This record gives sequence, structure tokens and C-alpha cells, in this order.
Amino acid sequence: MIRPIDRRTFIVGSAAAGLTLASGPLQRASAADPLKIGFIYVGPVGDFGWTHGHDLGRKAVEAKFGDLVKTTYVENVAEGPDAERVIRKLAVDGNKLIFTSSFGYMEPTLKVAKAFPKVFFEHATGFKTAPNLSVYNSRFYEGRAVVGHLAGSLTKTGKIGYIASVPIPEVVMGINATAIWARKIRPDAEVKVVWINSWYDPGKEGDAAKALIDQGVDIITQHTDSPAPLQIAEQRGMLGVGQASDMKSFAPKAQLTAIVDEWGPYYIERAQAVLDGTWKTSDTWHGLKEGYLSLAPYGDAVPAELRASADAIKAGIIDGSIHPFTGPIKDQKGEVKVADGAKLADGELLGMNWYVEGVSA
Amino acid sequence: MALKIEARRQISTRMLYMTPFIAVFATVVAGFFLFMLLGADPFEALYEFFISPLETKYGLSELGVKAAPLIMIAIGLALGYRANIWNIGAEGQLTLGAVCGGAVALAFWEETGFYILPLMAIAGMAGGAAYAAIPAFLKTKFNVNEILTSLMLTYVATLFLAVLVFGPLKDPMGFNFPQSRMFSDSAILPIIWEETRLHAGFIVALLAAVAVWVLLTRTIIGFQIRTLGSAPAAARYAGFDRTKLTWFCLMLTGALAGLAGTFEVAGPIGQLVPNISPGYGFTAIIVAFLGRLHPLGIIASGLLMALSYMGGENAQINLNLPQAVTGVFQGMLLFFLLASDFLVRYRVRRLKPLVEGA
Repeated sequence: MIRPIDRRTFIVGSAAAGLTLASGPLQRASAADPLKIGFIYVGPVGDFGWTHGHDLGRKAVEAKFGDLVKTTYVENVAEGPDAERVIRKLAVDGNKLIFTSSFGYMEPTLKVAKAFPKVFFEHATGFKTAPNLSVYNSRFYEGRAVVGHLAGSLTKTGKIGYIASVPIPEVVMGINATAIWARKIRPDAEVKVVWINSWYDPGKEGDAAKALIDQGVDIITQHTDSPAPLQIAEQRGMLGVGQASDMKSFAPKAQLTAIVDEWGPYYIERAQAVLDGTWKTSDTWHGLKEGYLSLAPYGDAVPAELRASADAIKAGIIDGSIHPFTGPIKDQKGEVKVADGAKLADGELLGMNWYVEGVSA
Repeated sequence: MALKIEARRQISTRMLYMTPFIAVFATVVAGFFLFMLLGADPFEALYEFFISPLETKYGLSELGVKAAPLIMIAIGLALGYRANIWNIGAEGQLTLGAVCGGAVALAFWEETGFYILPLMAIAGMAGGAAYAAIPAFLKTKFNVNEILTSLMLTYVATLFLAVLVFGPLKDPMGFNFPQSRMFSDSAILPIIWEETRLHAGFIVALLAAVAVWVLLTRTIIGFQIRTLGSAPAAARYAGFDRTKLTWFCLMLTGALAGLAGTFEVAGPIGQLVPNISPGYGFTAIIVAFLGRLHPLGIIASGLLMALSYMGGENAQINLNLPQAVTGVFQGMLLFFLLASDFLVRYRVRRLKPLVEGA
């Protein structure tokens, strides 16, 4: 653990305060007075990646609750001085539940949450909570393990490209999961990482994909939000993996699968909790098992045998028999970081700041 | 039939000062049709865009928060543009200012003292000015075009900031997230309007505008700057030192942009993060021209530009209009300004062809 105060113990303490708050004015919510829910997005809803995934979640809430809710979103809000204003504006406008869907909104969300104790806030991928602020995230690394398996099996050059956004633990975790599982099949596989320092920048993402392919990479994976890298892979006759949403329409031949975020179930659950007056501060980190992420249908490039073995890994993760980070795991220097048979605990994953063997970042 | 564009003999000064108003009016009219095409009630949309942000205390205060850095940067830029010195890299100077001011804040973390904020401001100005010194040096020594150097240095600055927040300035308790600690209270700008985010930086921006106005109109160096821009030959004949003026303008612009950067991290943000400015350094270029390169005009145009951002957000929230509307509005504003500027200076005449096919 990097952090001396365990965030989960902290949440237990603050949850009690959340309970008392929840029984406030929200119970008025009725058909005549819909629950207003606000969303703030870091990219455009048409990115076909991260933001698109969250917006599908928003639409799922609307479809589920109909007239009981009214949702609003603001897209393309830069992580910076503007975020607080937009979040506050949503709160002032009477939204009682506000989802802030990017890690850079953490401090602004916390500030606004303090100023609006009767509004419930939900921050994606962060770690700071408050009596009226929950955090939620998905175990993307579980999907990455399957992707690593596919990439390790299908790469001819043994070089797998990884277009990465910013080196926060969530991204590092994904790179490591890919490398570990690729090297189980292909022990000499190398995961080459290019950082673009942005979550959404189709131009840079595309350039990174080109550079990687020029360096001998034949499979492109990405932790950035646009389909640009996949499109490059398609053009160059390489393979790739979609991010956050099924991107098959952009790369019908190249896409092996995609890690598809499913925020709908969580958003529905939280909206229901507010409607019922049972909202509590929580720290949700679900994965394949709970259906918070899924893998898009395999592309034609994935042969039947490989589909079966990939499905077996997926099933193993879901039933708990497989943990993607099971030792022995060595770091880049070859030192054993996770002993044979040991599993990395959540706390260690959440602070991950080292790369496994086979990653060149 | 052919069209010919020719310079007007006499340029009406009054028309020149009218152009920003014409541009705003034309933008509103074009916006009216734009909203109609987007399927929104144009009156309601224009109301959301231009009026609703001003209806609440919070909206007004946010206008100041957003306008403060725009005004401060545009004031500096305008000074340079008056002298034909084209600093396009205010965004980079802002970033360096934020880095230097922020580093001071972090060095005095959990300490209290009245001296911390002034120290941060000085560090921020020094950082911005030092960064602007690079294009100044290249321009005066090797005659390298400052448009290119200052613009390209912007990207270097952004990456430098990223290196710092991913490395030495990262919050040690922050789960490896690329951001610094939150600054202590002594490193946060005082709020000048209770229960809002409006900070002392807004006052400083207004004071800077007045100071630059005095500088331009009441001092010798201001006269030299104006001469250098409007009549370079005369300036040379009078023996004005072009090198010195280039340095002066770039350093002052850099210092103001750097101060704006420090105020952003010491004000609304409260920590160092990888993205400090949503393009203030570039938007300030529009602000400078919309304000006719006049310090007092810039205050008005800075507020107007800030309004366009907030109006865009309101239009998104209340009318479900796309965010791109904000960009389109700002683009139209600049377009109509340049167009009416052009028509004030030139006129279009119809010509009858003298020879077949001419």
C-alpha cells in the first residue's frame, strides 16, 4: 500500500453520514418532479470510446426510468479550471445526482460536493470520497488479460503496440495485464508503449499507431478513446483492439475484440438508490463478473481454437479461479515482485507504479 | 464583370472603433439562424447564450474568473502587436508561470505567511518572462521569426509541466495520479466576492489593463512602441532601439501570461495538474484583436469572450445544443471582426471588362 489511510476503511466511516443525508428532500421525487441527473464528459459524445460509453450509460438510465428522471450532459469539459464551474452549474440547476466521468474531475467534484451536501456525486476512476461523494471504476485489467492472450497468440513479430494516455495506476495496470498474458503464450513478446498525454486526440493517437507499426509492431492496443489507432491498423493490414466501445465499424477486419465499458448497470443502480432514498457513499470496483465490462464479439482474425481459450480465461476470471495478476510476476529489472502463486491485492493494484517484464515504456 | 478591391483613401476612425460592435451584432444575427437550423428556438437559445449567465451572482462571478486570465494575457499581447511583435506563445508562458508559481507554493507547503503569495506572483512572472526571453533572444540575435518559436515552445511547456506533475511535483499521497498536492491556504488567492470563486486576480487584471494603458499613452516607451508598429521607418529614423523594444514587449507579455498562469493554479485550480489552461493563451489573441489592441477595449472583449464560453455551457445544459456551438460562435466573432475591419480599410468595386476575357 502506498497510502497510509486505507480508503475502504475511510469510506465505512463516512457512509454513516451519507445515510442520514439520503433521507432528506429527495423522497419528494415523483413522476411530476423527475429526478434530475447530470453528467459531465471529458470528450465529445461522438468519440466512440470512453465518453460514448458513459453516454450509453446515461441513455440506459433514461430508458429504464423514463419520466422518473431527466438527464443532462455537458461534453468536452477540460480537466482544469472549467470543470468546477460546470459541475457547480449542474448542481445549481437542480441535478440531485451528478456523475463526473474522468479522473481529472476529482478535486473539482470534491469541492462542489462540499458546497452542495444535499446533492449526490459520483466520480469515475478517482479515490477521494465524501459523505455525498462516491467513486466507481471498472476492472479493465480483466479484459486486458484476455486481450493479452489474443495478442500473444496472434502476433507474428512478437511486438505489441500500446497507445497509452497518462501513466496513472489504472493505465499501468492495463499495460501490465496485457504483457503478462501475452508472455504466457509468447515468452519473448514485447509490449511497446507510446504515451500521448491525452485521453482523446485522434491525430496523436493515429500518429502513435503509425510509429509503432513502423517499429515492427503488428498488433495495436490502446488506452485512449478514439478509433484512430484501429483505423490505422486496418489501413496497414495489422490487427488491433477497440477501447471502451465496440469499434468494429471503424475496423471490420482489424478489430480482434474490444473492451466494452458497460456503465449502464451502475448508473441505473445509483439512480435507483437516490429514488429510493438509500444512496450511500461507496467505492465500486466491478469487472467482468458483474457485467461492468465485456468483450466485443471476436473478429474474423481470431480462429475458433483461440476463441475457446480466450473464453476459458474470461470464464475463469468470472468464476474467480483466475486472477490476472498471479505470481510469479517480475518487474522490468527481472526482480520478482509477486511470489509464485501469490495474487496482487486491490490496494497494490490501485497504486501500481512499476512495469512487468516485457514492457518497454 | 470583375470585382476589384482597393484601399480606401480615408479610413474612418469612428468606423474602426465601431467594428467590434458590428461584429458582435453580425454574430448574433448569424447565431439566430444557426440556432434555427439546429432546431432550437433562436430567441431562447440567444437568451441562454448571452443573458442567462449574467442573471445570477454566481454567473457574474464566474465571468470574472474566466475573463481574468484572458484580459491579463491579451493586455500583454496587445502591447507587442502594437509594435508588430507577434508573440503567439502566451499559452506556453502561462504554463511556465503556473509551474514556477506552483513550485513556490509547494515549497512552502503547510507553511503560513503573507509573503508566500507575492513570492509566487514574482516567480510566476519571472517564469513567464524567462520563457518569452527565448523567442526574444532568437529574434534579436538571429532574426528568427518569433511567431514560430513562441508557438512551438508552447508544446514544450505543456510537456515540461507533464514531466513535473508525473515526477518531482507529484502528490506523494496521490495514488500516482499526475497532480501535485493541493496548495495550502496561504498559497491560495483571496476570494473577493463571498461564496464565489472570484479571486483577487481579477482586480490585478483590471489594474494591469490600466497600467498598460498609461504606459502606452503617457510614456516615451509607449510612444516608441506605437511608432515602431505604425511607422517602422520613422521609428528607425528617430533612432528607437528595436532590439530593446522587442525584448521589452516580449518580456512584459511573458510576465503577464506567467502571472495569469500562477493565478489560475493559485485560484480556481488550487494545485498543479497536467492541464492548466483550456487554451487561454490562444483565446487571448482573439480577445486582443476584438478589443482593438486597446487596454480598455480588451477588458470588454475579455468579458465577452468569457461570456461565450459560459453561454455555450448553458446552451448545452438547458437546450442540449452541442458544445461545438461555442467554437462556432467564437469563430464567427473573429470572422465578422476581420471582415468588417477589411471593409473599413478597403472597398470592393465592380469593374466592367475593357477587353474580352480580361
